[in-house]
Amino acid sequence: MMNKSEKTALLQSASAAKEIEGRSLWRDARIRLFRNKAAVGSMIILGIITLLAIIAPLLSPYAYDQIDWGYIQEGPNWENGHIFGTDGNGRDLFIRVLYGARVSLAVGLLATAVSLIIGVTYGAIAGYFGGKIDSIMMRFVDVLYSLPFMFFVIMLMVVFGRNIFLIFVALGAVEWLTMARIVRGQTLSLRRREFIEAAHATGVSNFKIIFRHVIPNVLGPVIVYMTLTIPQVILTESFLSFLGLGVQEPLTSWGVLISEGAKVIEASTWMLIYPAVFLALTLFCFNFIGDGLRDALDPKDR
Amino acid sequence: MTVMTTAPDKRDNAPILSVRDLKVHFPIPGKGLFAKDRPLKAVDGVDFDLYPGETLGVVGESGCGKSTLGRAILQLIAPSGGQVAWLGKNIVGIPHRDMQPLRRDLQIIFQDPLASLNPRMTIGEIIAEPLVTHKPELGKDEIKTRVKRMMARVGLLPQMINRYPHEFSGGQCQRIGIARAMILEPKLIVCDEPVSALDVSIQAQIVNLLQELQREFDLSLIFISHDLSIVRHICHRIMVLYLGNVMELADRDSIYANPKHPYTKALISAVPIPDPEIERNKERIVLTGDLPSPLSPPSGCVFRTRCPFAQEKCATDVPTIDRVSETQEVACHFHNSI
Amino acid sequence: MTTNHILTVENLSTRFQTPDGEVEAVNNVNFHIDPGETLGVVGESGSGKTQIFLSLMGLLAKNGTSTGSVRYKDKEILNLRPRELNKIRGVSMSMIFQDPMTSLNPYLKISRQMTEVLVEHRGMSEAEALKRAIAMLDRVGIPGAAQRVHMYPHEFSGGMRQRVMIAMALLCDPEVLIADEPTTALDVTVQAQILDLLRDLQTDFNTATVMITHDLGVVAGLCDRVMVMYGGRVVETGTVRDIFYDSHHPYTEGLLKSMPRIDRANEDNMFAIPGQPPNLQNLPTGCAYQERCGYVMDRCCQERPLLKDFGDGRASACFREDGQ
Repeated sequence: MMNKSEKTALLQSASAAKEIEGRSLWRDARIRLFRNKAAVGSMIILGIITLLAIIAPLLSPYAYDQIDWGYIQEGPNWENGHIFGTDGNGRDLFIRVLYGARVSLAVGLLATAVSLIIGVTYGAIAGYFGGKIDSIMMRFVDVLYSLPFMFFVIMLMVVFGRNIFLIFVALGAVEWLTMARIVRGQTLSLRRREFIEAAHATGVSNFKIIFRHVIPNVLGPVIVYMTLTIPQVILTESFLSFLGLGVQEPLTSWGVLISEGAKVIEASTWMLIYPAVFLALTLFCFNFIGDGLRDALDPKDR
Repeated sequence: MTVMTTAPDKRDNAPILSVRDLKVHFPIPGKGLFAKDRPLKAVDGVDFDLYPGETLGVVGESGCGKSTLGRAILQLIAPSGGQVAWLGKNIVGIPHRDMQPLRRDLQIIFQDPLASLNPRMTIGEIIAEPLVTHKPELGKDEIKTRVKRMMARVGLLPQMINRYPHEFSGGQCQRIGIARAMILEPKLIVCDEPVSALDVSIQAQIVNLLQELQREFDLSLIFISHDLSIVRHICHRIMVLYLGNVMELADRDSIYANPKHPYTKALISAVPIPDPEIERNKERIVLTGDLPSPLSPPSGCVFRTRCPFAQEKCATDVPTIDRVSETQEVACHFHNSI
Repeated sequence: MTTNHILTVENLSTRFQTPDGEVEAVNNVNFHIDPGETLGVVGESGSGKTQIFLSLMGLLAKNGTSTGSVRYKDKEILNLRPRELNKIRGVSMSMIFQDPMTSLNPYLKISRQMTEVLVEHRGMSEAEALKRAIAMLDRVGIPGAAQRVHMYPHEFSGGMRQRVMIAMALLCDPEVLIADEPTTALDVTVQAQILDLLRDLQTDFNTATVMITHDLGVVAGLCDRVMVMYGGRVVETGTVRDIFYDSHHPYTEGLLKSMPRIDRANEDNMFAIPGQPPNLQNLPTGCAYQERCGYVMDRCCQERPLLKDFGDGRASACFREDGQ
């Protein structure tokens, strides 16, 4: 045990000593993530694709909806500036792939953000309160789950017309269900943890417990799931576009481009290959990042 | 330094906490689709008083309901029956709003020191949380000053305020837990096995710290533990629980010198003594078998299935709690003859 | 060289590679076990007491490596291939753990888990093996063994599970039984039953037992010799009486004094060893115990005291021994 002089020494050092910065679990995870070569490589590639998508208009002399009557459905050609070639309407494929990247990435990020906000809040509330509240909330999720997604999307399109905003809503509305289930599961096990009980015993309000104690501790799996949701959403959007339910001409997405390319696969391979390569590369990158994050956030599983 | 070895004088003080016939029954879904729920009687009619500045030990084996009892007292688990009177007023079933201000005086310390701290918060934030919750009017600087003062008081370097729980050892984490419980200067702390997850060399540090804090702040402690040697050291009175029932309640000297209940005797004799001569030659009462399921407790005396002295009467009659002396109560039909 | 030691450990060191650098969990440990004796290995969490035995059983985590020598009778067994090691571990050398569920398969009946070993290593028929399994369960005090052998691990209580573990460990009549905190997770009354059982079994089977524990009370009741570990090294060894009545090392002394005792009313504060257990990643130069030691001298912070042998298996690693 401590004697008096030690205690005073402690007290004195209290005022004198500089506060030491701690190593948060987030920082540890970041360090581990940056040690993962595949994840870092993926982040760099994704960064480049995103950057290209943002500055797209500066990179090409052509606009995405500009028709070059001299070159209709021509292969890649460095001399005339159509480095990825042109499509059946004589539009530059390079700039269209980058505009497609804008739409695909935006759909991926926004729909995931929607699912994140709704799913995390919903799941945390259901899991934290448990009992009847949990049963009712999760049965509602089950009901939504059982609705046929395609039917839902087609209905939306029929009623409100084709609209890029609707795609965000439709995808977000579906993706949050899984997110809510994941968060609820995590919260259920977290609820029994002693630090939550300690907060209860102190009289911290439920709202604050959820936002201060529960959500920060479920973010690990949530972030991992998020990085895996983004490619899933991009893929679903592509699939919708492939079916003709996606974005409207002249705007485009990778799905639309692939769909167009697939129709002329024998005559003009480039129309399929370029958008497909970009899509595949992006999906790979997100998956590698997700993997890296999982290892970084939960080192026990390695 | 002198240590209070006897309980504070009860006659001068009203009890700070009175527990009467406290019951916690958990409904367990019955087998079969339409079967009724069966009650799991985790705590089944517990009575005791706790006086200011006193430490009550609650001992028993796992599954005896001691942790449930501690949480039921703090209203963290809603009791199914009985009363908990805090400073003379019943707090069982009172609205959340009325309970809130009382939480300032009622705190808890947990067994697993690391699990009881939010891994995403700095220890400064953890210790400050009760202050932020109950005294938001204090400014940031004042809260920080108080947190640092409390850290120093429990033996933590105040410059560690921005560190995270995983950067500390088990003993230090328990000190953080104690600082959080002490920051509002409560009147009662329920200590749920506070040292059993710690190394032997650290246990004594934490026990000493708790005793110092108790003297300094006139704290009452409910010390839940399965370790009877620690309990002998820190507690003034000891309550022995078995399957949610009180077997014996007595002051420390009586219970260790002269245990009346066969279960208490068995518990005490089962604790290994770190001295080869004594340990190898001591007399022991060895209990056979395991704890029965609390879903179907034995009839009569709940201890009878493992009691070496059980007789017919034990299966039929529930023993009442007999007061054998001023300081000792026991629930056994035959405490005089065994 | 032939000895009658059943297990001889020489210069055993175990290191772990972690992202934050190398950790030396066990450092240059030497000891031996004779038939029929009980060795107590005492230390705090992180003292390396468990890692010694995981090393010699070939059960280290993947990032761990061991060097040195471990001989079972005259056969070198450290870093043996798993196939070779399996002829010894579980047969001649068994280990039981604090949490029995870690070594019982929850999806298999006890009967299956017990007979498997016998059929594999002893070439018994299923029927013979089952008979022996039941006999062994009966021996460790499981009532209704013939019926309960067909149950799943989760159908047993904690104490019963530990008995099942002990029965499994003893199935092939091992010559060495390593028990890693076998009673820590159990209640005191059940702990007393298990300790009684281990004592009985030892007289019946003459098994050499290693008792890894932090509880000096358990050591006092069960062990013949004691080895005290601190910071990955052995700091003191001796017979149980040497250690308890005439400890040389300040850590042993502190540990004994800080044990709460049920047979004494303490009228004063408890004795506590100050400070925290050492961080193996960041051990100080010199003696690992210096920061917590009441007898610390300048020399302790500069060089590390070596384990000094006094004969008769008595040794201590402290400079105070030189100063006399």
